[in-house]
This record gives sequence, C-alpha cells and structure tokens, in this order.
Amino acid sequence: MTEEIIIAGFGGQGVLSMGKILAYSGIMQDQEVSWFPSYGPEMRGGTANVTVILSDERISSPVLNQFDTAIVLNQQSLDKFESKVKPGGMLLYDPNGIVNPPSRTDLKIFKIDATQLAAEKGQPKIFNMIVLGAFLKARPLVKMGNVKRGLEKSLPERHHKLIPINLEGLEIGEKEIVEVK
Amino acid sequence: MGELRLMKGNEVIAEAAIRCGCDAYFGYPITPQSEVMETLMARMPWEETGMVVLQAESEVAAINMMYGGASAGRKVMTSSSSPGISLMSEGISYMAGAELPGVVVNVQRGGPGLGTIQPSQADYFQATKGGGHGDYNLIVLAPSSVQEMNDFVDLAFELSFKYSNPAMILTDGVIGQMMEKVELSDFKPRWTDEQVEQFNGSWAATGKKPNRERAIKTSLELVAEKQEKINEGFQAKYKKMQEEEVRYETIKCEDADYIIVAFGVSSRISQKAVDVLREQGHKAGLLRPITLYPFPSEIINQMADHVKGFLSVEMNAGQMVEDIRLAVNGKTKVDHFGRMGGVIATPGEVVDAMLTKIIGG
Repeated sequence: MTEEIIIAGFGGQGVLSMGKILAYSGIMQDQEVSWFPSYGPEMRGGTANVTVILSDERISSPVLNQFDTAIVLNQQSLDKFESKVKPGGMLLYDPNGIVNPPSRTDLKIFKIDATQLAAEKGQPKIFNMIVLGAFLKARPLVKMGNVKRGLEKSLPERHHKLIPINLEGLEIGEKEIVEVK
Repeated sequence: MGELRLMKGNEVIAEAAIRCGCDAYFGYPITPQSEVMETLMARMPWEETGMVVLQAESEVAAINMMYGGASAGRKVMTSSSSPGISLMSEGISYMAGAELPGVVVNVQRGGPGLGTIQPSQADYFQATKGGGHGDYNLIVLAPSSVQEMNDFVDLAFELSFKYSNPAMILTDGVIGQMMEKVELSDFKPRWTDEQVEQFNGSWAATGKKPNRERAIKTSLELVAEKQEKINEGFQAKYKKMQEEEVRYETIKCEDADYIIVAFGVSSRISQKAVDVLREQGHKAGLLRPITLYPFPSEIINQMADHVKGFLSVEMNAGQMVEDIRLAVNGKTKVDHFGRMGGVIATPGEVVDAMLTKIIGG
C-alpha cells in the first residue's frame, strides 16, 4: 500500500505540522514515510504545501505530479491541486473562503468546516487537527492510537499539555466530515 | 538497530557529525542548509563530546578554519549551499593541495550567482571537476535519502582520511529539507590526542618529533619540478580512488533496454519514472551513481554494449551527461533531461523525456 498525499493551504494554518504528525503516525506503525515541503521565501499568509507519502515499501520519488489524496485549505490550493488528484482519488476541503468548489466528477469529495468548528470551540489552533481527524475518518490509513503516539513524538515535551485538546480536534473532525459526492 | 526518528536531511547531517566523532564544525548560514548549524547549536555537542561548533564570519573564514583543524589531524566539517561553496573554493583547492582531509557538505540551490533558494544540481561540474584551481579532485558522495545523509557523513570522513583529501557530500535542497525515517548511527567517541598522534602523527602538525621533520601543511612549492612530482602523487591517488572507491546502485537494470542515470533527488524521481515506464511496457532501469567522483564509468561502458539508450536526469542544463557520454564512447544513444534554476522535475516529465528523446527519438 502506498498513499501519496498533498496538503495545501495558507502558511500559518498548520499544514506542515499536520503532515509531520501524519508522517510520524506512519512510522509508529512501521511504514516508510516521506515529508517534503514546498519551501521558498514563504511566510504567514502565503501559500504552503507539503507532500506526505506513507508506504509499506521503499518510497521512490518524494516529489509527485499526481496524488491519491489532496487536502486543500484555500481557493488557490484547490485551483492548483484539484486537477492533480488521480481518477478515483480523494479530495478533502474546507469550504471557508471557497468561491469555486471542486467540480470533478471522478473523485470522492469530502468537506470539513474546520475553520468554523475551531472558531466555535474557541481554539483556532486545533484547525489542522480537525482536518486531520476528518481525513483519517475518510481514509483510515493510520490508527488513532498511532496518531496520539505521533503527536507525542513530534511535539516537544513542553507542549505535551496540549495533546488532549489536539486529540479533541481529531474527534471533532472525525464526527463532522461531510461526504459531498 | 539504532534509534529511529523522523528528521530533515539537514538535521541528520548535524546529528551524524556529532555521532561519528567530528571534532569541529565551522560554517556560515545560508538557505537551504541553515538547519545544519541550527541543529548543532541547539544540540550543544561541546558539552557532550567536546566538539567545537563555530559560526564563522564568512564562508572564506570557515574553510580556512577547516584548513587549520585538518592540519592538526582532526576531523573537521563545514556545510553551505552553492554560492557559499563558490566562496570556499579557494580554500578547498588549498586543502587538496596540502593533502588535508575534511568534509564539505553542499546542499545545492539554483544558480548561477545568488540564484534561487530552491533545489538544484547545477554544481555537479564544480564538485567533480574542480571548482577551485589546479589539477585536483574531491571525493564526491551523492546521498539520495535522509538515511544516506546519516550514513555518508561517516563514510566521507573515512574516505577523506584514507586518501588525505577533502571529501564533498553533494546534496540538494530536496534531500536537505525533506523528512524521512532515519536510523541514526551509534555514537563513536572523538579521537583522543593519543589517537590523533597514532593515526595521523606521520603527517599532521602535532608537534616536532625526533623521528620526523616538522610538519608544514602547505600547498606552496616554488620549484616546478618538485611541484610536478607532487602532482604525480595526487594523480596516483586519484587513480587508486577510481580503482577502489566507485560506488553505485542499479535498480531494475538486469533486463533493461533503456537506462536512466541520475543522482540525489533526481534518482528518486527517476525511480518512479522507471516504474511508470515499465507499466507501459518499456524495459527501463535506473543507474544511480553514489560516488560522482570517482564516477562509475566502467559499468556504464559495459551497459552501453547492450542497452538501446541512456537518459541523464539532472536538475541542471546537462553536466553529468558529459561524463556519461565519455563512458559510453559513442556505443549508444545518450541524451539529457533537466529542469533549471530551482525547478524540480516531476516523474511524469521524466517519463515523457524518456519516451521522446530516447525510446522514440
């Protein structure tokens, strides 16, 4: 099994750290993983994306032109990556700020209103965990227990007190994901 | 089994240096490799192993600090990215001329000049054909994974001391910035003063001894005939490297009609392209040079007897392709595909290039 994922949004949304937690979760269940960020003269508010691959075999290219899953968190990323999902693949998006929703008919499309849900919870920083929870509900690639272990590994010890609220974010995402088509 | 972690290539370079008993790191920050020194500063190895970590005032200073540390028989390392390596090139030539060991890491970015900060492989010529002046060669290792960023630090030191010659780890912004699972090496202690004397006492500037002349580490020799003799010694050393140190990996080459030759991240992208080409019914394979100097010319020459074509995939305008052409020596078709200036080729582009330039070309 190999799953090739692109996660894309604004800088500051936690795109890179979501990818890192996913990659660490893969390691926790003995998978090969790669995490490659688009890096550049980028900053908060600019675009950020990361390619994450989880596989049972040695991973060839960390750089891809087609993906099994695209997780897109703003309109620019949707415009850029909708066409790059393999036929039959999955697209997950947050409708916040989306004017032109995805239009492809050969994909499984899901949405998660993570911006709204995080704001309602008064915890804007768990936005990315809500998205990750939603993704893992639709694509159970890694076990939740391994995500928790991944979180423990990727967060420095001084931030471990934040793990419970992050886990809550994952649960919200699992519960609130909506299948569009 | 060592410790498993998820780390960036750059972070791993730093950790591997500490673990292999490196005595000193001298560097100057530059994207996309700044995490090397950041990691070293955060790890504070001077408290753990006594390793010196020093931010020099410039790349020129850093490489000359390397010269000093290496002259004392110590394991010294620096890292930079393309423009910084250009600044260091004079010092690297001096180290080669004085037969000093040391490891230089180049996490390449797009050029020429200040260029971009995105990944590139446009320093192949600089790394393998000189960079600095004079008839010298570096041992050049090209990691293609974060794991190899760990493994090649120790290997580079080993080879560089074996041949009393600087070694370069030539990598790129993708391998430096990406995270993968890595099994870190076990800790090796730094050499004690006695061990430095024992291993390197014959040449290092460790003090005048009754049984040998004082060691003067210099590349200066004003008598041309003597300098020629020194050069002959260098050439003999490089010949030995070519005979004994060539390293490469072949993937699906046994029955291949078409071979992609690629190093570093391009070899990873090309491996995916090989899989796609095979799905389409084309017998493609991948040859990945691990040592760029010495270059795996012999295996390429042997393969050229039976394959229908080679495609060199590099993130540059076509540099390694010249070495492939020399190795193939006209026996079969050779072409190049590359992106430049910091643009990363995709597997799909490599497939298309193979189809149009080699298979259908």
